[in-house]
Amino acid sequence: MSALQHFLAMGGYAAYVWPAYAVFFIVLIADSLAPARRRRRVLRELRARLARQSARQQRQPPPATPSA
Amino acid sequence: MSDWIPLWLHKLGSPPTFYRFAGTLQPWALTLALLLGAIALYGGLLLAPADYQQGDAYRIIFIHVPSAWMSMFIYAVMGVASFVALVWRIKLAEVVAMESAPIGAAFTWWTWDARLTSELVLLFLYLGVIGLYHAFEDRRQGARAAGFLAIIGVINVPIVHFSVNWWNTLHQGSTVNVFGQSKMAWDMLWPLLTMTLATKFYYAASLFRRARTDLLDMEGGKDWVRKTAEDEADR
Repeated sequence: MSALQHFLAMGGYAAYVWPAYAVFFIVLIADSLAPARRRRRVLRELRARLARQSARQQRQPPPATPSA
Repeated sequence: MSDWIPLWLHKLGSPPTFYRFAGTLQPWALTLALLLGAIALYGGLLLAPADYQQGDAYRIIFIHVPSAWMSMFIYAVMGVASFVALVWRIKLAEVVAMESAPIGAAFTWWTWDARLTSELVLLFLYLGVIGLYHAFEDRRQGARAAGFLAIIGVINVPIVHFSVNWWNTLHQGSTVNVFGQSKMAWDMLWPLLTMTLATKFYYAASLFRRARTDLLDMEGGKDWVRKTAEDEADR
């Protein structure tokens, strides 16, 4: 048995050890990806709101501040 | 606020300062987490010998034990942050508490197994905090309600810690001891501790990223957010 096969066999516990590691990494990867998606969405919404605001300001310039 | 709190801590509590601070540290924390994690995996899967009793099956401890520790550590952070948020109404503390919950849940849910009932309770507490937070239309109100639950749930953390000694189950008693001699060979112990450090850095990295997004979302109308949205690429 090659060294790699020996390693992958995990002394007969491969079906137990590897899924445990797989689940660990899948969960952490999912935890890393979820906020990235949310961040993109938040930034997109922010930019859209800013664009709407500046468009509105261009159409009708804000009233001059009342000189007291 | 009181005089005994240093100025830098005051400043760090302000959303734009924390946003920059977290943005600077986040890549470093993630790099350290990956580096230490890789070293720990190498040590745990390849260098450490098989256990005389459990054979190679014991090798899950290199992720199982750090995960279990993180599930408690993150809960403790969440409890303290919730307390700070409820008493002093600091927005950042709310963000830290609420954004810790999903990360803690990620570490908890697979640590649970039928024998570790207290970990299952911990998982339900995390899910309860997340659920309660999202159940409110007003985020700050949600954070307050969820913060109360988080504080009450802190009682479960010592129960998780001592459960392996209090109840006799298939789970072994505590092996690693901070204050005394650990009952574990060094070959197995160092990958375990290295992975523990890696998960700590992972938590920091994940929390920083989540908190930054949350701050942008919460402070939507403010000037610094406008500047950030204009300047920053979709990182």
